[in-house]
Amino acid sequence: MSASQRPALVAARRVLAQKSAFMAAVFLLGMALIAFLAPWILPGDPLTQNLRHALEPPSAAFWFGADELGRDILTRVVYGARTSLVTALGAVAIAGLIGVPIGLVAGFYGGWRDAVLMRLVDVILALPGILFAMALIAVIGRSQMAALVAVGITGIPSFARITRAQVLSLRRRDFVIAVDAMGGSASHLMFRTILPNSWSPILVQIVILAAVAILLEAALAFLGVGIPPPTPSWGEMLRTGKSYLYEAPYYAILPGLVLTLTILALDTLGRTLATVLEDRQGSTGEPEPEGQRL
Amino acid sequence: MTATPPALEVSGLKKHFPVQKGLLKRTVAQVKAVDGVSFAIQPGETLCLVGESGCGKSTVAKVALRLIEPTAGSIKLDGVEVSQLDAEAMRPFRKRIQIVFQDPYASLNPIRTVEAIVAEPLHIHGVFDAMGGNARVGWLLDLVGLSRTMTGRYPRELSGGQRQRVGIARALALEPRLLILDEPVAALDVSIQAQVVNLLMDLQVELGLAYLFIAHDLSVVRHISDRVAVMYLGRIVEEGTRDQLYARPVHPYTQSLLSAVPVPEPGNAGRRIVLEGDIPNPADPPGGCAFHPRCYRATERCTREAPAFAAYPGLDTRVACHHAGPLTADELPAAAEVLT
Repeated sequence: MSASQRPALVAARRVLAQKSAFMAAVFLLGMALIAFLAPWILPGDPLTQNLRHALEPPSAAFWFGADELGRDILTRVVYGARTSLVTALGAVAIAGLIGVPIGLVAGFYGGWRDAVLMRLVDVILALPGILFAMALIAVIGRSQMAALVAVGITGIPSFARITRAQVLSLRRRDFVIAVDAMGGSASHLMFRTILPNSWSPILVQIVILAAVAILLEAALAFLGVGIPPPTPSWGEMLRTGKSYLYEAPYYAILPGLVLTLTILALDTLGRTLATVLEDRQGSTGEPEPEGQRL
Repeated sequence: MTATPPALEVSGLKKHFPVQKGLLKRTVAQVKAVDGVSFAIQPGETLCLVGESGCGKSTVAKVALRLIEPTAGSIKLDGVEVSQLDAEAMRPFRKRIQIVFQDPYASLNPIRTVEAIVAEPLHIHGVFDAMGGNARVGWLLDLVGLSRTMTGRYPRELSGGQRQRVGIARALALEPRLLILDEPVAALDVSIQAQVVNLLMDLQVELGLAYLFIAHDLSVVRHISDRVAVMYLGRIVEEGTRDQLYARPVHPYTQSLLSAVPVPEPGNAGRRIVLEGDIPNPADPPGGCAFHPRCYRATERCTREAPAFAAYPGLDTRVACHHAGPLTADELPAAAEVLT
């Protein structure tokens, strides 16, 4: 008899069986690993300045050249990945930990709780993400935390709405009604029965929001309101690199490329996840992952 | 009191769903899904509730389980009134009454193993260890005829019949006295239907269960029931013992339903009473007797006055009809005008 496999494992295997998704996963994992191990694998320091090498073209010492203060661009891009990673994880955590419970309670209880919570969510949804982020930063100042919180808050509506839609459709299913008939409490129904069956669209949203968060953080840095220098950030590097586009065209290439590839990889992974999970669930009416505006 | 109280007794049960329209959610009408239903099920007995789709039989089941709140009426489990209990007070009573659903593909949590599904009610009531833990789960699986190798499987790896057995094992986990079987075999293949029906009958004898069996398949009903209640548009129109109801139906609706059952006897085929029209809209039922627009015995009185649900003289049957009585020869369509 063949061993039974957890549905989550089956889904993971089917996602990775897609060549593009596999490559995306390898890229992201590799980048996270390199970012994490940076101090041990890279000789240089991202903050050490050496003006003698300012804007030096790529060489054996500086693989991707040096920036205007003589810092190694490769080293700064790798450390910039840490910034992006922390922003993405933090933003997803904030959005998920607030958005999912909101959707769960609103969908489960309905009535006035639903009305109040979802109108609040609509208010957040009505704010353009980048404008809200800039306003928040104007108030609490430039810092990684500000960028992370701002991106996290703008991600709340998508989690709340997706979770609520899941709850509404699951609430009417027989296996949920069965738990009701057994005498399962509201928290048992919400956290043991409904939430574990709602993971697929939430997971897709996590991946998509991670991409949005990285992009938004880069955009804030590019506009000069992101993480304050000298902390390396891809957006900040693009912003400075733009000024030296004629003297040092190689400056912006690596940060731009890595940023693009990261977003592409997350997007590919998210799309494949959505397709596979939707397939697995058949006609249960999984809502489409909600698009996120910048 | 000497006699044991019925396992389940409902009286005057009503469930009206408001039809709301417009921005202000004004209630413009009431759908009377269940409109004054009364019956009692003795311990160890099977009552079948039959009727066309949309007549309110599943709503009766959901209301009896307190999954939806009744608009009016009383629900007694083992003689205890439970219709007014809040969720917390209701919890101990949920052990006594359980449900098996129609669709075995929708009724099992897809991300849990068979073992976890059957154990869930035990965990919910905090009696998993007290009732024997994994040994109890194994015993339940044996009881419903599932191999122990199934314990670690997920629902999607099982056939429809196997899933339905898991559903039955789950319903039996807390030693209920009454099972509500909401069309438990309607979604299964015919060969599997017989197995599951026989399993249910064996379990009834072994465990002394009472069944409320909801169905529209009259051949299955005849096989399993002790008593049968026929529903039409939210009301019971005729209730009697199985043999009496099948042999001498007195309500025109029951008569027409039974005439539609295929009879495996030569010469008897095709003598069906074909009703005209459809089930009326339950939000706007006909006045008087709700069945009168489709009835071949309808008179002017039927359009005015709703018949009471009362004992029919001479038979152990209760019926709601002004013109109740056994079918006469001239009411059966002649063989020539038979539709096939």
